[in-house]
Amino acid sequence: MKPINQKAWFLILPVVLCVAFSAILPLMTVVNYSVQDIISPDRRVFVGTEWFKAVMRDEDLHGALLRQITFSLAVLAVQIPLGIALALSMPAKGWQSSAVLVAVAISLLIPWNVVGTIWQIYGRADIGLMGYTLAALGIEYSYTGNATHAWLTVLLMDVWHWTPLVALLCFAGLRAIPDAYYQAASIDGASKFAVFRYIQLPKLRGVLVIAVLLRFMDSFMIYTEPFVLTGGGPGNATTFLSQYLTQKAVGQFDLGPAAAFSLIYFLIILVLSFILYNWMQRVGTADKSNAEGRHG
Amino acid sequence: MCSALMAACCARQTDMGVTDMARIDLDLAHSYKPDPQADADYALLPLKMTFADGGAYALLGPSGCGKTTMLNIISGLVAPSHGSVSFDGVVVNQKTPQQRNIAQVFQFPVIYDTMTVAQNLAFPLRNRGVPAAKIAQRVGQIAEMLELSGQLGVRAAGLAADAKQKISLGRGLVREDVSAVLFDEPLTVIDPHLKWQLRRKLKQIHRELKLTLVYVTHDQVEALTFADQVVVMTRGRAVQVGSASDLFERPQHTFVGHFIGSPGMNFLPASLLPGAPAGAKLLGVRPEYVALAAPQAAGALPASVKQVQDIGTYWLLTATLADGSLVRARLSPEQAIPQPGASVWLALFGAHTCFYNDREELVA
Repeated sequence: MKPINQKAWFLILPVVLCVAFSAILPLMTVVNYSVQDIISPDRRVFVGTEWFKAVMRDEDLHGALLRQITFSLAVLAVQIPLGIALALSMPAKGWQSSAVLVAVAISLLIPWNVVGTIWQIYGRADIGLMGYTLAALGIEYSYTGNATHAWLTVLLMDVWHWTPLVALLCFAGLRAIPDAYYQAASIDGASKFAVFRYIQLPKLRGVLVIAVLLRFMDSFMIYTEPFVLTGGGPGNATTFLSQYLTQKAVGQFDLGPAAAFSLIYFLIILVLSFILYNWMQRVGTADKSNAEGRHG
Repeated sequence: MCSALMAACCARQTDMGVTDMARIDLDLAHSYKPDPQADADYALLPLKMTFADGGAYALLGPSGCGKTTMLNIISGLVAPSHGSVSFDGVVVNQKTPQQRNIAQVFQFPVIYDTMTVAQNLAFPLRNRGVPAAKIAQRVGQIAEMLELSGQLGVRAAGLAADAKQKISLGRGLVREDVSAVLFDEPLTVIDPHLKWQLRRKLKQIHRELKLTLVYVTHDQVEALTFADQVVVMTRGRAVQVGSASDLFERPQHTFVGHFIGSPGMNFLPASLLPGAPAGAKLLGVRPEYVALAAPQAAGALPASVKQVQDIGTYWLLTATLADGSLVRARLSPEQAIPQPGASVWLALFGAHTCFYNDREELVA
């Protein structure tokens, strides 16, 4: 048997320390809060899973979770196809390509709270371009008064802010496809749609996995933009999970339930990301019976 | 195996009645620059060439000699900047590869990742609206021919490079009306021991299907074993078109003598031979035709041995002549091999000696 060289542990020690200080220790603090009732700084009571049970029964939380999942799915459903379409229509070379790349990337450079402010003004009926135009067309639009309008405005804002990220990832993916594929497809007599379906889309799988995961996780944790734009209202129409959590922790100072909920939140993201990732990997490398079923 | 080939071959003739293959004529030049001035601006210098119906051709030359440009002009991926490409006398300059009915196999295997082997092979036919029953029959025949029958239901993405390249080839062969099948260094990514098999397969397909095949390569062994006619190219120029023995025995240009053969032809000043024809500046003699000779023998010159190397099946002798020119000779291992430093006589001149003028072209 080979002797095991224990010295290797020293090599990963820096990483272990970094991860410990940046992730594990802060997380342990949260775990610590989640199982105690802190009455005052020197009076704490161990409550076990009490906070977890309370949080699970919280009707407001169920509402926020449902709203959050709907929002994230809508974000994916709009941004991924739109990003692909955008990438496909972007010029591939020359100065036009550089110009379009810069134009597309602008929204990504704007800070979150500024994005919220931009849309807050944009949607106002008195001075905002969109609000004014809609009012002039006779549409009674109000993101502060109408729940549907508020929800759609937040979605539209996120689409405006983040679709370019998907587009840029896809653009890079498209540029990486060798010319021979297009030449072969032309020789095989493939239509434009067939080129997209059988060459571009499969070759984009890798970047699409990244795009879907990034957009899912980010949208699932959305906070600043709706906070600035609607403050979670009207009512709680745009109160997503992060906002609900902040209200609990900072607003009401319910550290125990907030900590318990943070852990659940973390697990939800982890599990959903895991499911999405595996599903997308499976779609790309489906077994032969699946493949035949799809276009046999 | 053989019967499958015969079946595919017969299907071709009975279904089509007449074959759609074409004679391909090139009379063109090509430059990727908009306004070419010097010869160096051209990827292909003016040339005239005919690819006969059903012939097996190789375009052979070093990287950057214009062979891929010529191939892409034939297939229609590139339109020539000057002159014309004709199929059976009809100019097809602006026709797409699809309209020309060309099949092309690229350097790296191109397969459709999400499809099975069968779906890959069926793809060109499905795009052309061929009935399903007919597609199944053709795919079956071609798969049998390429020895892919056992893998028809497997996803193509998971296969080895040689199988993928066979699929690329199969997509070309599955259409029974192709004018020609073009190959752009198709064996680059294939393991050496599989190269032989695939090359043999190509030969067999050519014999059975009588297709026009044009094969681009920089490997002389590949070109000479595959093709009936080899087009040797250098710096945008096709310097010789000929069979393997033409290229070996009578290189039309010093480049051919140098490029074909291992090692290439010896080139010596024509002045070394008193009876050289008028206008000859260089004379060329293959290392295979240089032999040890008795002192003062006819056509022999004295030389001093510089190096001898055991190449396995033969000895490679490098010697210096009195005027300082280097000569290489392939000697059979049965004879006594002189040691470095020894003085020998080398039989250099005879029936196989070629003479070149100052433009490096063959004169006699």
